[in-house]
Amino acid sequence: MTRDPRTSFQDMILTLHDFWSAQGCLILQPYDLRMGAGTFHTATTLRALGPEPWNAAFVQPCRRPTDGRYGENPNRLQHYYQYQVILKPSPPDIQELYLESLATIGIDPLKHDIRFVEDDWESPTLGAWGLGWEVWCDGMEVTQFTYFQQMGGFDCKPVAGELTYGLERLAMYIQGVDNVYDLNFNGGTSSSSEAAGRERRVSYGDVFLENEKQMSKWNFEVADTDGLLKAFEMAEAECRNALEKDVPIAAYEQAVEASHIFNLLQARGVISVQERASYMGRVRDLARGSCEAHMAKEAERWAEKYPEWSK
Amino acid sequence: MSTADFLLELRSEEIPARMQAGAREELEKLFRREMDAAGVATGELIVWSTPRRLALIARGLPQATDAVSEELKGPPVGAPDQAIEGFCRKAGVSRDELEQREVKGRATYFALKNIPGRATKDVLAVAIPAVIRDFSWPKSMRWGAASISTGSLRWVRPLSGIVALLGQDIVECEVHGVTSGAVTLGHRYHHSGDITIGDADDYAVKLRAAHVIVDHEERATLIRDGATEVAREAGLNLVEDEGLVIENAGLTEWPIPLLGRFEEDYLEVPPETIQLTARVNQKYFVCENSDGKLANAFICTANIEAEDGGAAIVDGNRKVLAARLSDARFFWDVDRKRTLAEHAEGLKRITFHEKLGTVADKVERVAKLARWLVDEGIVKGADPDMAEQAARLAKADLVTEMVGEFPELQGLMGGYYARAEGLPDEVADAIRDHYKPVGQGDDVPTAPVTVAVSLADKLDTLQGFFGIDEKPTGSKDPFALRRAALGVIRLVTENDLRFAVADGELLDFFADRLKVQQREAGIRHDLIDAVFALGGEDDLVRLLARVKALQNYIETAEGADLLAAYKRASNILKKEDWEGASDADPIETGEEDPLALVDDPAMAKVAAAQMEASRQKARKSLSYTPEPAEKDLIDALDDAEPKAEAALAAEDFEAAMTALATLRAPIDAFFDNVTVNDADAAKRAARLDLLARFRDAVERVADFGRIEG
Repeated sequence: MTRDPRTSFQDMILTLHDFWSAQGCLILQPYDLRMGAGTFHTATTLRALGPEPWNAAFVQPCRRPTDGRYGENPNRLQHYYQYQVILKPSPPDIQELYLESLATIGIDPLKHDIRFVEDDWESPTLGAWGLGWEVWCDGMEVTQFTYFQQMGGFDCKPVAGELTYGLERLAMYIQGVDNVYDLNFNGGTSSSSEAAGRERRVSYGDVFLENEKQMSKWNFEVADTDGLLKAFEMAEAECRNALEKDVPIAAYEQAVEASHIFNLLQARGVISVQERASYMGRVRDLARGSCEAHMAKEAERWAEKYPEWSK
Repeated sequence: MSTADFLLELRSEEIPARMQAGAREELEKLFRREMDAAGVATGELIVWSTPRRLALIARGLPQATDAVSEELKGPPVGAPDQAIEGFCRKAGVSRDELEQREVKGRATYFALKNIPGRATKDVLAVAIPAVIRDFSWPKSMRWGAASISTGSLRWVRPLSGIVALLGQDIVECEVHGVTSGAVTLGHRYHHSGDITIGDADDYAVKLRAAHVIVDHEERATLIRDGATEVAREAGLNLVEDEGLVIENAGLTEWPIPLLGRFEEDYLEVPPETIQLTARVNQKYFVCENSDGKLANAFICTANIEAEDGGAAIVDGNRKVLAARLSDARFFWDVDRKRTLAEHAEGLKRITFHEKLGTVADKVERVAKLARWLVDEGIVKGADPDMAEQAARLAKADLVTEMVGEFPELQGLMGGYYARAEGLPDEVADAIRDHYKPVGQGDDVPTAPVTVAVSLADKLDTLQGFFGIDEKPTGSKDPFALRRAALGVIRLVTENDLRFAVADGELLDFFADRLKVQQREAGIRHDLIDAVFALGGEDDLVRLLARVKALQNYIETAEGADLLAAYKRASNILKKEDWEGASDADPIETGEEDPLALVDDPAMAKVAAAQMEASRQKARKSLSYTPEPAEKDLIDALDDAEPKAEAALAAEDFEAAMTALATLRAPIDAFFDNVTVNDADAAKRAARLDLLARFRDAVERVADFGRIEG
């Protein structure tokens, strides 16, 4: 069966997988933690540190509780997908590779206006920043393109290039759909309930609309705030425990957890403006501490293997 | 000697539009620096930029630099070996090449260096890497495999190619693994494959054939004219925006302006929000109908000549804009569900400054101050209740959804929301305009309620930050206090507001700002100093009137003569260390500022009486018959002093100058005909006293000692 990325959300993802796999990327699976962006995946953050080459691509579900709109906004979701590619060191033809990937999913740069518009990226939480662009397709931002300069407060040596595609946006664009819930998920053409297998059209709404309604309600109205506050403290404590026992990857997972719980607390509206900065500082300390511990644990091995590298 | 044209192209991944103008300047500056250092004469340079390249063309470079001989003086013969060897190293010669010469009777070593002319090509081969390495970008980055070690090249985005041709020859060099050559690339999508450049002359031509217009100004013209034209074709007028023209020229190599339409329904939101989201988020131009109202149209600038004439591009851009406008309409609807007073409750949660409380606290202070300004009659013609109400609501829009999304709309949205809930126009206008004037060129509010709120807001900010010792230093002004002070100055002077704006350090700060601000109006800073130096002047309107009268006078020939006479008198008194006159003057005995007395109407009479008494005393105490010129000066002073004082008290500074002007002829005659340093001690003392009296009379108008010239 041939793939058609122009009519099917899942085919678009599979086409990107095929493309980046052919470029030598590992095709990884999503990280099994709730996170706000694909950048939090260890395949991005921790792998951006140190001298070892690393090329990977994966889909990462992202949760942004405050973006929930109870399924009523055609563009905003509290849960959506990013397609993440990380290439380290950044290859000289990274822009051309990226444009080829767009072509494979059906974006013709002679019909559509593809532009690289300055947009620098910074995550104070991760102690990370980079320079790059947001890539515009006919005025719409479809990808964030970043050359990582620092991660966890350390210089990236060498620099990794990160591509983050907004999958729903791209698919809406390619399929010519104005409402995310109308996206054709599987490429099926028949709306009859008797149609079977791939013939039966399944929309993004069929898959996620009810989730958006319920999760928006939970994020904004239901989630037990006392429980969340406790969970935040626990994640923080566990992160420190893991750091003490020198298992930085486990510590990092707890930092990611704390970050998401903080986002939930924000959505519940129980964090005041003054407290907000302090919570963010706490999450930052956990994330940076984990990166530092990871670096400390690996630095010697890296330096041995790559004499030109230094922390 | 033969000459050749030089072409340099530095190709990179997309350079941010906002950095391109600076990069062109930097390229020219560094190139000139390198050529000057090597002695290569450069004429006019052409510098171009596109998102993907910086280019420089230097016409008519000489093929080689001139030979130069240089002579370096070294240590004397017999100096320690170490010193001699050090000199040899520095001069780059061996010891047996040194020559000896006599210097002041001492045998001294000399190194003679003949620096032969260098081929310009060799100079350039060294200069190009230096230019690239020293290039300063607002933000730069590392990339690629080489970035494994620190010290790899930094550039704005990865540097991907160098074209360097002198005449038709490649200038060979290498930076960070990028080797120079003659090959470049054309438009990212309209051209594939390499382009080989022959020389500086065919560079722009070949690139144009490859869909790249290298001249940024030509692209700007295409965008400006093209946008005007597509608007005209649609029966609309382009809203001109030179910033957008330049930005779009920096985002494209082959710009094509395209017009699209959005749903008319969106026009119900304030036009500024549409214009702003189109401009800031999407870099689109907007258009007006013939009636001057915003039209439901946008103009985007594509970077390609699409096969379908741009239909798909316009449609895509339309959708993006629709989503943004839909957000704006959502904010507009949601925000209006609550009154500004209700929104203002949210200001209690926003910290203004940790030592100055919340924004709600600031609002409370501003409301009181605005009311006070009206109640005291400083701002005339305003309803005090309206001033207070407007001040209380002025910051409420900061917590609305719309301003959260578009901070640039602060004030403006508050004005819209105030009108939407039926508040009086005076209040809505004051909310809208209370940030004004924002810059030197911005309009100054004149509506009384607006003036009260605007002034109160700025004064509170200045007093607050000066109170906690957060004053601007050097280039650092994180709370924009200079701008606030400038705003106060313009509000006060242009609305003729009479009151004490500040005291102490803050008043000095105003004095500094006033000097900067008035420079453009041609008011001399030394004259402002001369008036401020009198002390106690905190009424900016009066101060400026005085300065202007002073300037008008001082710039006449007579004024210049009087200033010269003043300086002469003042120098004599300084030289003689003469303090005598002050004893005779009761006005200057205390700490109290004489002007403070004169300014107070109740005191003016007392002061005048005291001065008259002192004059009588001085006259009577003269133990000899004055010479005619001396007598004339005394009479002139007797006449001018009370006139000047009265004029000053009435704030008629022109009249005060006129009174001073009557002293000019007598003082000149006095200097010409009277010997101050008379052998008779009594005469000498009396004449020095007279000069002091003249000096003091002049200084009551301004501190002439601070006037330049």
